[in-house]
Amino acid sequence: MDPFVRLQGVAAPMPIDNVDTDAIIPSKETQSTARSGYGEKLFANWRYLAGTREPDPDFVLNRPRHAGAQVLVAGRNFGCGSSREAAVWALSQFGIRAVIAESYGAIFRNNCIRNGVLPVMLPIAAVEQLLAELADAGRAPVVAVDLRAGTVRAPSGAVFGFEIGALEREMLLQGADEIELTLKQRHLIDAFRARDRALRPWVYADAGQEPSHAQDP
Amino acid sequence: MAAPRTLVEKIWAAHVVAELGDATDLLHIDRVFLHERSGGRMLQGLTAAGRTVFDPAMALGTLDHIIDTDPGRTDKTKFPGGAEFIAAFREGTRAAGIKVFDIGDPAQGIVHVIAPELGAAQPGLTVVCGDSHTCTLGGVGALAWGIGVTQGEHALATQCLPAARPKQMRVRFEGRLADGVTAKDMVLHLIRTHGARGGEGCALEYAGEAVRALSCAGRMTLCNMAVEFGAWTGIVAPDQTTFEFLQGRAYAPQGPQWDLAAAWWKTLGSDDGAGFDREMVIDAAALSPSVTWGTSSEQTVGIAEPVPLPGSFADGAARGSAEKALAYMGVTPGQPLKGLAIDAAFIGSCTNSRIEDLRAAARVLAGRKVAAGVTAICVPGSTPVKRQAEAEGIDRVFMAAGFQWREAGCSLCFYNGGDSFGGARRVISSTNRNFENRQGPGVRTHLASPLTVAASAVAGVIADPREWLRR
Repeated sequence: MDPFVRLQGVAAPMPIDNVDTDAIIPSKETQSTARSGYGEKLFANWRYLAGTREPDPDFVLNRPRHAGAQVLVAGRNFGCGSSREAAVWALSQFGIRAVIAESYGAIFRNNCIRNGVLPVMLPIAAVEQLLAELADAGRAPVVAVDLRAGTVRAPSGAVFGFEIGALEREMLLQGADEIELTLKQRHLIDAFRARDRALRPWVYADAGQEPSHAQDP
Repeated sequence: MAAPRTLVEKIWAAHVVAELGDATDLLHIDRVFLHERSGGRMLQGLTAAGRTVFDPAMALGTLDHIIDTDPGRTDKTKFPGGAEFIAAFREGTRAAGIKVFDIGDPAQGIVHVIAPELGAAQPGLTVVCGDSHTCTLGGVGALAWGIGVTQGEHALATQCLPAARPKQMRVRFEGRLADGVTAKDMVLHLIRTHGARGGEGCALEYAGEAVRALSCAGRMTLCNMAVEFGAWTGIVAPDQTTFEFLQGRAYAPQGPQWDLAAAWWKTLGSDDGAGFDREMVIDAAALSPSVTWGTSSEQTVGIAEPVPLPGSFADGAARGSAEKALAYMGVTPGQPLKGLAIDAAFIGSCTNSRIEDLRAAARVLAGRKVAAGVTAICVPGSTPVKRQAEAEGIDRVFMAAGFQWREAGCSLCFYNGGDSFGGARRVISSTNRNFENRQGPGVRTHLASPLTVAASAVAGVIADPREWLRR
């Protein structure tokens, strides 16, 4: 996973709440088990004119002003809905490395952290100010996000602080493989299971609860 | 005397393998459920990283998301690319030694429907699945939540997942539901009142007289939509209803193991005086059938109420969302939904496809016909549900009314590029998501209970089921 430390880049405003993962990556766009090739499918239902692959000039990511966006700013509850990790793959393969919103769907947020995409949470007043500045043709729509400092710098130069859990910050800063970290705790997992098996034997397959019809021919 | 704890705190404490700091624990995961949409990807990723499945006996799989639901279905799917997902899933699970309920298996069905049906989802178990509606399993008292592919690999490889301790929320539905008002109406009302992010960061315990009175099926409907409320998960404390539901099922504990398990399950309810970060009380007796008007489940009204005016929303993003939803849905602010013409009706999905749901719909459909021009489809949640309905003659009620009667699966809960409502524009649906294009390009989804869907199918317009119930 690519580490995330800081970035300065073009940001795109999406001034709506509850942007769901079906919008970010429609189900019909995920017709392969591969993890690549999702950049062009990001927001496919909004980004292209109906039934075509012709860019809709009104969609924010198609406007020249926001070309090459690396940051997306939206309202509340961004990434709600389906657990599909392809939503994050589509954002990152398009080039979006950070999202700024008031809140997130929990599964989407977890998926971001594990794919090197930073989900910044800011109070709604700060989000509304950012959205307004990004829509202001008099300013370049550029923001700077610094994970170590925990800050977002708006186009106007205003700086907003954000919080993120220490474990999640480290995982993003290091680009760490969380599975590897857990596998290093193998002795603790084995010890837990030995204790637990005595307390809750029915949870384990060797407790004599093997179902009668579970055998395949 | 130990400090009073909530249901979720008790289950949590029984699963902590290690404290990771930052209010996060490494939890043991008792069950991983897999399906062909994300399960093959998880197993491919695991293999590519040179890892193996930690405990294959703690995983189960089924085919539900991609397979067709037409009678006589095969591996060839209407969804382009479906065969690749199915092959990858079968190969991955076979190599790992994971049991799968495949097409043709008498236990096949929607993963969140069959897990309790098999007795594989149980009170006090931690359960994950690569599907956001895994929280459904809270209906039998499991602590269950949805995850992505990377976390699925994690759970399979280590039988553990790091999880941040959630805030504790309790919603008590007091009083009794009126006839014609269901668990679906309860949860839509909750989301409408407190917003689609009202449960953010919370483990939500549903409690109160009206919840206790629900069957496990109704409780699963409540918990299913906890994710639409933005909650991390939803759960109902296990009780006699839960035990009676589970006893004797294939994967439930048997004999002395059952007695041991039940003794623990009975201790799991939230203690008197347990601390909740948020608690709310809803008068269940005052609820009416709910229907969504917009493209978020929070955009809900009671059947007799008008669609709200966009000016009634506070700030820019909320008003922007309402205006976008009104335009997409083609509904008129200030006008009621009741009486709005529909093109299709759908009964199915992990929200409302259990035998209780089909029986309820049949109460309305018996002796009646679906209105002319309305495409009506019923997809039982599992093959056992379908067989049970057929044994009770419910299939004949649906078909005589003009409903298609399908094989079990997720079906038209979402549009994947294959199956469709055949050009229908406005659909009333017993599913969980009314997002733009969720059920097809340009399709306008109104979420409602199976009763409301059945009444609307017959009326040809969005209808109040209380006016259509057989007494």
